[in-house]
Amino acid sequence: MSVVTVPRSVLGTKGWTALMAAVITVLVLAPVLNLLVPAGSAFHLSDYAVALIGKIMCYAICALAMDLIWGYTGILSLGHGLFFALGGYGMGMYLMRQIGRDGSYKSDLPDFMVFLDWKEVPWHWTFSESFIAQMILVVLVPGLLAFIFGFFAFRSRIKGVYFSIITQAMTFAAMLLFFRNETGFGGNNGFTDFKRILDIPIAQPSTRMVLFVLTGMTLIGFYLMARWLVNTKFGRVLQAIRDAENRVMFCGYNPLAYKLAIWTLSAVMCAIAGALYVPQVGIINPSEMSAASGIEIAIWAAVGGRATLIGPIIGAFFVNGAKSWFTQAFPEFWLYFLGLLFILVTLFLPDGIVGGVKRLFNKKAEVKA
Amino acid sequence: MNKQDALTRCRHLLARWLGVGLAALVMGLSLGGHSAHALTAEEAHALAAGDNDARIAALQKLVLKGDPALPSYLEALAADTVKVAGNRAYIVYGDEVKDAATGQVTALPDGAEDVVNNNRMSSEIEAALGVGKLMSKDIAVRTEGIDALNKAADESKLGVIDKALAAETDSKLQGLLKTVRAKAMLVAQDPTMRIEATKALAEDATPEARALLMERLQDPEESNGSVKAALQYALDKVNRKLTWGEHAGVVFTGISLGSILLLAALGLAITYGLMGVINMAHGELMMIGAYATFAVQNVFRTYFPGAFDWYIVLAVPASFLASALVGAILERSVFRFLYGRPLETLLASWGVSLVLMQAVRTVFGAQNVQVENPSWMSGGFDILSNLTLPYNRLVIIAFAALVLIGMTLLIAKTRLGLFVRSVTQNRPMASCMGVNTARVDTMAFALGAGIAGLAGCALSQIGNVGPDLGQNYIVDSFMVVVLGGVGQIAGTVYAALGLGLINKFLEGWAGAVLAKIMVLVIVVIFIQKRPQGLFAMKGRSAEA
Repeated sequence: MSVVTVPRSVLGTKGWTALMAAVITVLVLAPVLNLLVPAGSAFHLSDYAVALIGKIMCYAICALAMDLIWGYTGILSLGHGLFFALGGYGMGMYLMRQIGRDGSYKSDLPDFMVFLDWKEVPWHWTFSESFIAQMILVVLVPGLLAFIFGFFAFRSRIKGVYFSIITQAMTFAAMLLFFRNETGFGGNNGFTDFKRILDIPIAQPSTRMVLFVLTGMTLIGFYLMARWLVNTKFGRVLQAIRDAENRVMFCGYNPLAYKLAIWTLSAVMCAIAGALYVPQVGIINPSEMSAASGIEIAIWAAVGGRATLIGPIIGAFFVNGAKSWFTQAFPEFWLYFLGLLFILVTLFLPDGIVGGVKRLFNKKAEVKA
Repeated sequence: MNKQDALTRCRHLLARWLGVGLAALVMGLSLGGHSAHALTAEEAHALAAGDNDARIAALQKLVLKGDPALPSYLEALAADTVKVAGNRAYIVYGDEVKDAATGQVTALPDGAEDVVNNNRMSSEIEAALGVGKLMSKDIAVRTEGIDALNKAADESKLGVIDKALAAETDSKLQGLLKTVRAKAMLVAQDPTMRIEATKALAEDATPEARALLMERLQDPEESNGSVKAALQYALDKVNRKLTWGEHAGVVFTGISLGSILLLAALGLAITYGLMGVINMAHGELMMIGAYATFAVQNVFRTYFPGAFDWYIVLAVPASFLASALVGAILERSVFRFLYGRPLETLLASWGVSLVLMQAVRTVFGAQNVQVENPSWMSGGFDILSNLTLPYNRLVIIAFAALVLIGMTLLIAKTRLGLFVRSVTQNRPMASCMGVNTARVDTMAFALGAGIAGLAGCALSQIGNVGPDLGQNYIVDSFMVVVLGGVGQIAGTVYAALGLGLINKFLEGWAGAVLAKIMVLVIVVIFIQKRPQGLFAMKGRSAEA
């Protein structure tokens, strides 16, 4: 596909400058504009914008994770919605326990469990009261699931569309399971009505800003990590697997370990995105696991440009920005737009926005020369 | 009855309460609405007051007497509009009060009390009303009567039941009456009668009979050892008979589900299996077929209401053509640019499915639409007491078989089929031999889409038709094709029927949702073991 170049460091001079700008924006500019600049001012960043951008940054992490597995390794997963939701549910249950006795039933148990007449927390939520334990589980459970699933799938050399379809089936099965009331995931409604995180009220602007900054830093951190990763030998092998898996095998590599490692890493990134998403959006329910949300993650990566790391982030911002604008301005046309985006991007922009822009610049350069 | 006497009393009372002028008016009204009464004041009172046993005894006596005035009084009792005072009963119609026995308009004495019917009393009253209905000419009314009687079946009703049974001509209602009779006998005082009832129920062998037997067996009132043994014996016998029906029922619903999966997957077996196009919009092509059926149905309803039962004959080709046309347009405009890029096809076709769904929402509305079965498709064969095969399911199984045969012949015997096979096997070589491969692609895709339309037409006969109809089938149909082995039509058939049967058998002991999850897990594990499906193509390709 693309020519592999070997940069000396992770980023060039321009890259580092852009990175610093991003870090300053997230760390200093956004909090100042939101918290210190008065609400009437033209420079004020509204709470709505903070929530929206925070949410989209979580999506961007997912898109980045998707890019690592799809753009760089050539494996299209339609099951990333599941890992995202697992991370979200892990965080969600912790937040449910933080509600304490402030729920409608004034019980130690979350409301939906009281409603089902349960006397104690089911076994899989044993650690849900401890923040640290729960955050470890947020990483561990999706990671382990991805590892086991990936091990069996890659070992029997399931590839391409087969893999996509069985990841979708797995997600579909999990969604049915989470919809059930008796499995302890809150059924249809999922988890919502959160009040506190680490005993701090979750709705106040400063808490939201801390979550926002945390999400932004995670995104930048993951971006740097991915940037570093794809240029290591490990990253090269991944791209070789994408382009000609059989040749990689004939060269004496076993693709299993490489695929499994990037697959698990990608799943964990998604889970962390989910855990950051839930306290900012305030709800998690099984619809995050639907086939549609799994495929949407892929379209963010495709729109932005696969196999470029900045592309998926741009794609996530572009598609979700358009979504929040469309669903307010022309709610009926959002699905037309999204559908056409799927079609047009695959037909005319195989390298996404970033690829298109690059092509444009290259043409100009050729004309000049 | 004595008209003069009634008039005098009426005038006397009303004069005291309302004045003479008004009384004359009401008197006129009450004279007009007179009917022959034969209920005595004592009987009416006995029915409304006293303890329940006495009231029921009085009721039984009156029912056997067959009093013509009884039903309207019973209805008033059932509607809680009866009051008692002294030794008379009164029916209150809003402001108007009538004496229950004479039917005369009268005034309600001071201290009149409401008649309270507990559950037992109300079901007795219902049953007595039901007895009146048993002799009706209308089958529906008779069925209602039997239902009412069934709720309060006990020994005292046996006389009435026997009478009705002797007069009954409809075989289905005879069966119902027999069950009611056995139910009444099952609680009789005499143990031999109870044993006789168990025999009748064992003969009957319906799910209701089983429930009755189990209930009586667990009833602490039943202490007679030999009756208990007879109950157990009858229960075992019924269970044995019913098990057959239940197993056959599971097999039938499994085959039925399998035939639907097969219809949904057959089109995909062409577009995905033969052509390699991952068409996520396949479900939406089914939806288009279902909406085409809906449109044809509406045309028939408006212009040819007389031929409505046969709209389906036109709906089948219409749904095929509608979906095939959409499929051909999609192939020309989208998919042909994406051959050989399966993952991109997946995304683009997902986009297509979103657009199609939203388009249908814009045209037909987001709500589900009603597609009515032709009348000859409703109802079913009663094979066993607990096994009915609905006609619409049978028609769909036959339809799926026909589509399968038609498609197989088309692929194996026709020129188009030959071209399709040659292009999928070796595109450059086929092209060299003068096959217009681009046209063959379009035709083949349109064929697959058209078969999806036929599946939609079939689905419209058994379920809801809405914009997201296809979404429910897309994962399933891909499972079927992948499980059966890509490019293997025979494999698709086995996989569809197998998945249908497994699903229904698991549903029997795990419930619908868990069964579905288990099936998905089984398929995923199976694909891990045999990535090429049940019927793998043999070959030495490294890219297998």
